[in-house]
Amino acid sequence: MLRRPQRASKLHQRVMNTNSLTQAPWHQTTVEPLEYHRKFLKENCRPDGRELGEFRTTTLNIGSITTADGSALVKLGNTTIICGIKGELAAPPADAPDKGYIVPNVDLPPLCSSRFRPGPPGEQAQAASQFIADVIENSEMLQREDLCIEKGKLSWVLYCDIICLDYDGNILDACIIALLASMKNVQLPEVHVNEQTGLAEVNMKKKRHLNIVKHPVAASFAVFDNSILIVDPTSDEENLSTGFITVVIDEEEKLCTVHKPGGTPLSNEKLQDCINRAITRNKEVCKLLNKVMKSMKAK
Amino acid sequence: MVCLPLDAGAHKFRHMADRRLREFGCEQNLLSRPDGSASFVQGDTTVVVGIYGPAEVKVSKESYDRATLEVILKPKVGLPGVAERSREQFIRETCEAALLTALHPRTSIVLILQVIHDDGSLLSCCLNSACMAAMDAGLNMRCLFCGVTCAIDLDGNIILDPTAKQEKESRAVLTFAIDSVERQVMMSSTKGAFTTAEFHQSIAICQKAAESIFQFYRDSVGRRYSKS
Repeated sequence: MLRRPQRASKLHQRVMNTNSLTQAPWHQTTVEPLEYHRKFLKENCRPDGRELGEFRTTTLNIGSITTADGSALVKLGNTTIICGIKGELAAPPADAPDKGYIVPNVDLPPLCSSRFRPGPPGEQAQAASQFIADVIENSEMLQREDLCIEKGKLSWVLYCDIICLDYDGNILDACIIALLASMKNVQLPEVHVNEQTGLAEVNMKKKRHLNIVKHPVAASFAVFDNSILIVDPTSDEENLSTGFITVVIDEEEKLCTVHKPGGTPLSNEKLQDCINRAITRNKEVCKLLNKVMKSMKAK
Repeated sequence: MVCLPLDAGAHKFRHMADRRLREFGCEQNLLSRPDGSASFVQGDTTVVVGIYGPAEVKVSKESYDRATLEVILKPKVGLPGVAERSREQFIRETCEAALLTALHPRTSIVLILQVIHDDGSLLSCCLNSACMAAMDAGLNMRCLFCGVTCAIDLDGNIILDPTAKQEKESRAVLTFAIDSVERQVMMSSTKGAFTTAEFHQSIAICQKAAESIFQFYRDSVGRRYSKS
């Protein structure tokens, strides 16, 4: 079979990438990685050519999985995250009969990086799942009442499966974008509960989108040498840094989560810098999201 | 259990009371087997911590330049779930930043936290007890840390050290770990939505409250070593 030109160019890109990596003397990247990074940071840039406050190129593809109710593929530099949302019917929770469920799950398979081993999900995967669940709840991106079909009887369960295909740092940001984009892509069929039989009737011909009211976007930062903040760290930078912080903010500049699991203490000014960067990041991502949604409609 | 004297009669001073920490206390070295132990009480919230280490480490977890820190958080009932894993991560990374793990390469330090009772501000209580236990174990640290939780209610009032009921009724709950050297934010875990101004205000209030916890650390260590 002939290789499609798109794939060939991708392959070419890969080769170019590995070439550029090998261009740096190996003793610097392997033996003294910290010194190597410091040299760049002193000049206010990073080994991959970015500035300190610059995100990697973000690419977004919505509706990549046709068998899911909603899906999206996000690339943040080399980091690749795919998210698929599947809707199922279930009885609503006993303590909230007028609500549905949203069940996020982050999977970090051994495929994406050598740091993950096969077996049950590790701490990082579990913490990421919890983080995503918290963001959904804190931001109230969609009303859970919208997922209820009939009070106390039937509601939707949205299983959001987020899988990392390539781990090159900063998966939380990519996960949130993937989740948001696939939520916007979800189309659920109309369901009625037949009063006589008590059974659910699904009308596959009539589908509707979810009402996404808030657009939370995450911005992650790594702290280098206890002082320098760098945005969107790669896997190498993550390994060398002394602390992380992830700020999730919606388009109304309300903070949804300020997630800083330990690490170097940060001053209030530094925290404010992170928040300001997160605000501009939200605008960038919303713009990208709208652009991709528009191009999908045009098709 | 210790009762809050302010709750007894003075309901009109509630707002003033809400800007204070609940009564807190600590007992160190209460378990005989671990290398260090402490139980920390904040109102009705109680956590017991035991520390083992520096001890032998599994080869798979060994790191050549520092000690491996393992944190195990046991809930009051049932098996630990994803929420506990997430809390463990918060506690571990905070302790990693405070403990001088580079002094004990190729070893492991195990921190086991048992929740005795949860009446709000659990994560901050876990952090405080972990710090007290680390002090008891005599582990070298670059700074001490303490955890402070605050809640923002529906009217925008900030309540310090909320009970489980207050947490449930509030719009947002924020937990910070403050370091003892520069009084800066080591850890931040938030629930609910809030504005930037509220965020900074909460930090300021928690930093102020941290002073009394650090004073308590100082007093309790002073008392302990002046006796013997």
